Amino acid sequence: MSILILAEHDNKSLKPATLNTVTAATQIDADVHVLVVGFECQAVADAACNIAGVSKVLMADNAVYEHQLAENVSKLIVDVASGYSHILAPATTTGKNTLPRVAALLNVAQLSDVIKVESADTFVRPIYAGNAIATVKSTDSVKVITVRITGFDAAASEGGSAECEAVTQVIESDRSRFVKEQLAVSDRPELTSASVIVSGGRGMGNGENFALLEGVADKLGAAIGASRAAVDAGFVPNDFQVGQTGKTVAPDLYIAVGISGAIQHLAGMKGSKVIVAINKDEEAPIFQVADYGLVADLFDAVPELESSL
Amino acid sequence: MKILVSVKRVIDYNVKVRVKSDNTAVDLTNVKMSMNPFCEIAVEEAIRLKEKGIATEVVVVSVGTKSCQETLRTALALGADRAIQVDTEDGLDSLGVAKLLAKVAQNEAADLIIMGKQSIDSDNNQTGQMVAALLDYPQATFASDVVIENGEAQVTREIDGGLQTLSITLPAVVTTDLRLNEPRFASLPNIMKAKRKPLEVITPADLGIDVGSNVSVIAVAPPAERAGGVKVGSVAELVDKLKNEAKVVS
Ligand SMILES: Cc1cc2nc3c(=O)[nH]c(=O)nc-3n(C[C@H](O)[C@H](O)[C@H](O)COP(=O)(O)OP(=O)(O)OC[C@H]3O[C@@H](n4cnc5c(N)ncnc54)[C@H](O)[C@@H]3O)c2cc1C
Ligand SMILES: Nc1ncnc2c1ncn2[C@@H]1O[C@H](COP(=O)(O)O)[C@@H](O)[C@H]1O
Repeated sequence: MSILILAEHDNKSLKPATLNTVTAATQIDADVHVLVVGFECQAVADAACNIAGVSKVLMADNAVYEHQLAENVSKLIVDVASGYSHILAPATTTGKNTLPRVAALLNVAQLSDVIKVESADTFVRPIYAGNAIATVKSTDSVKVITVRITGFDAAASEGGSAECEAVTQVIESDRSRFVKEQLAVSDRPELTSASVIVSGGRGMGNGENFALLEGVADKLGAAIGASRAAVDAGFVPNDFQVGQTGKTVAPDLYIAVGISGAIQHLAGMKGSKVIVAINKDEEAPIFQVADYGLVADLFDAVPELESSL
Repeated sequence: MKILVSVKRVIDYNVKVRVKSDNTAVDLTNVKMSMNPFCEIAVEEAIRLKEKGIATEVVVVSVGTKSCQETLRTALALGADRAIQVDTEDGLDSLGVAKLLAKVAQNEAADLIIMGKQSIDSDNNQTGQMVAALLDYPQATFASDVVIENGEAQVTREIDGGLQTLSITLPAVVTTDLRLNEPRFASLPNIMKAKRKPLEVITPADLGIDVGSNVSVIAVAPPAERAGGVKVGSVAELVDKLKNEAKVVS
């Protein structure tokens, strides 16, 4: 049996989340195929062909797929899915948007946010904001799975030589129309693949003060993250949110500044290798997970940190 | 326009979750239960659409045991007009729930189905998308803004890279994200009034739906604890530890 992975991309480049998903797939079965659905996305397909461990790439390149709308992409996946034992996508907003539709169309369950493969039918996934870890077994004929990327190492992006096959079905999505997109442009690494993250919470006080964190992030080559409270208050855009219902991250170093450490926030960053917390309240729960805790006013500590790096 | 809102009864988001000692499930005995926060946002959005005169009726539905009637009463107190409990055991999988909700939506001829993006217990984030697929409706998940106009919903979605706006034709499914609105609290008079609003109980058999699942939970374990760390006395000590002990800064 073979495994089909839905590639994560923006029509120009393949996103690293795909690489972690390939690793999850190779732990289930050796025959891993990648499906690229998009428009003018040849470069993405080429990159997918190079991934070590991928044996075939399917590319559906058509204007109707430009924005990867869930309605038609899910139907396309179902169309090409016969013969596959598992259908995987990274648990990104794109994967989460599309894959449950695929599962429902196939009349099977979906396993969300899998962090470990026990066998071809048994998987491990966090529930209750990561406060419990469930082992679940599916006897469905096709297993539809989203993969939490922090659960798996990235496969090598070079070394593969898969053949690329065109998928020509054109499925329109006449009841859903793309209007516009406001995407953050940043020179910083992407939050979910950064090796260092500096995150700010409500304690930052306002959006301008995030400049303090940028100073530290510049020195460390870090991405900037935030708590829900900081996003809700409008300090930073929504895509900065780390947590149960935001992004899951696991960098080598996570520096939490002015963040109390609510369980919903911890759910998104507890897997980081080293956690630093800077908070003026020594009772803040963040200190219970921090390897290094500094009880201090952030407005003193952060500038000092920047200058001593 | 009729709106159907699904609400789920879950562990309160403030409760410290404990796994049963036999590692079979999370211990829910004597634990505070509440409406799933994303469903509160869904109810609020529907009520606002009614207050604006865009919606004419808001029907709330919950799938589960009798105890979820409490959650439905809360939604009625917040302003929903009518409630439906689909009486089932707890712990159905999302596909089963989605089949029931899709059938209810069809029977009710709902123009818009508003659901939470995610239950904070299962963390599945899939039921809304499944309902949309089963009905062959368009969907807009993770909504932070919804505008209804000319039989269409213009929805801004929170996505990994920022925001995306879609226009979908009704009937459709929208799932809520945190920034869509700030839910109100129910007032005491409204809580009293809600007791007299209609609440209908139906079964999967009434809907002709089989909710059997092929997924079984083998074990539920507590997560690995992080070993407690240390407090450092100064920024200089912190930087020294990061460089020479943790070796994550060069
Ligand atoms: C359904 C749901 C989903 C959620 N999802 C998420 C999620 O994905 N991610 C998330 O983060 N949260 C999430 N939350 C919210 C979560 O419960 C908390 O409310 C939130 O994480 C708090 O953010 P905070 O730590 O920035 O704010 P607070 O809890 O207000 O903490 C601010 C901290 O800053 C410190 N501080 C203030 N001033 C200073 C100073 N000058 N110097 C140093 N320290 C200072 C304070 O001591 C305090 O500890 C969710 C909640 C719900 C209900
Ligand atoms: N048992 C249920 N009863 C009513 N609505 C539900 C139920 N389960 C899930 N939902 C709806 O589906 C949304 C997403 O849930 P999930 O896919 O389980 O994360 C929830 O926010 C609810 O609106």
